[in-house]
Amino acid sequence: MVLYNLPFIAAGLLMAFGIAAMLLRRNLIKMIMGLSLVEAGVNLLLVSLGYRAGGIAPIFTNAPRDLMVMPTVQAMTLTNIVIGIATTALLLSFVMVIYRRYGSAEADVVRRLRG
Amino acid sequence: MRVIITAVVVIVLSLAVLSAAAGLDFGSPVHTDMDDYFTGFGQVLTGGNNIVTDVVFDFRGFDTLGEATVLFTAVTGVGLAFRKRKEDEDYEYE
Amino acid sequence: MSMSKIVRAAACVLLPFILVFGFYIVMHGHLTPGGGFQGGAVIATGFVLLMAAFSYDSITARLSKSSLTGGETLGLLLFIVTAAVALGLGGTFFGNWLANSGAIFGTPVAFGANPGNLNTAGVIPIMNLAVGIEVLGGLSVILLYMLSGVHEEVA
Repeated sequence: MVLYNLPFIAAGLLMAFGIAAMLLRRNLIKMIMGLSLVEAGVNLLLVSLGYRAGGIAPIFTNAPRDLMVMPTVQAMTLTNIVIGIATTALLLSFVMVIYRRYGSAEADVVRRLRG
Repeated sequence: MRVIITAVVVIVLSLAVLSAAAGLDFGSPVHTDMDDYFTGFGQVLTGGNNIVTDVVFDFRGFDTLGEATVLFTAVTGVGLAFRKRKEDEDYEYE
Repeated sequence: MSMSKIVRAAACVLLPFILVFGFYIVMHGHLTPGGGFQGGAVIATGFVLLMAAFSYDSITARLSKSSLTGGETLGLLLFIVTAAVALGLGGTFFGNWLANSGAIFGTPVAFGANPGNLNTAGVIPIMNLAVGIEVLGGLSVILLYMLSGVHEEVA
């Protein structure tokens, strides 16, 4: 059997791993790693949604033929990458502030909001 | 308890994604009207050879404006988190 | 907390090539793979190489946070102004008011594969440059702020 939609399955597995890491790990940095995994899965899903069999990259400079993959999903992936960088940097800065305040980055130790 | 809830969430999500992926055919997208328009007329309309850049900066310019604003806001937030504190200022915010 | 002399010399040799490559990616964004975001990220990588090789004090003596933040704000302002000029010329917001006009970046392009001409694509190269400056300043200042947090922790 040919796994004709293997990229979609890989994207779903990446997202599932990321959500499992966010829910199971107690370390804040590992939770952020899980979030980055979910972002990677979404990027892979978007790019593989736009693939057209035999298509080339949508760039006309010295293009060998006219059949091209879909450009809109690639533009959305570009947006997603930049927003992912921004959110990851903001979350890591907050983790650094939390570590300086509590001396730990474990979610069990940072429990002031539990009352 | 936590592990069971996590397992249920992950299994349900994986089944949802995999059942959606089973109906898709990799390599032959269905609704391609908008992208056919972009690849067919984007070069003539904007003059750029790179259709992805045309889409990012011309056809979906508002999207890029929001993206640049998000990056700007993130930089502001990081600057707030690492700002210079006064001597008597503690990390208490009450 | 600077690294060894070999790392510092290698960073100084590599930095101009990284800057030139990033600028090439920004300015050829409408012809080849790349664009403002990618080129700005490449140039920011060069600055991060400097931050990794040299100490925090010698970096901040040459490269202040306020100049990087000013570059970021300048990029965003140039982006919005370029988009808003189309309103004054009777078009829509984000309209491509330079494309196919015959002026700078205004050479018309026919459909199909061509070797590529830098003087095309209207406002897209200007927006690429603006976004490149913004991403360069943003990523560099984020990493400089994080390095300042680590620096206070060590000192």
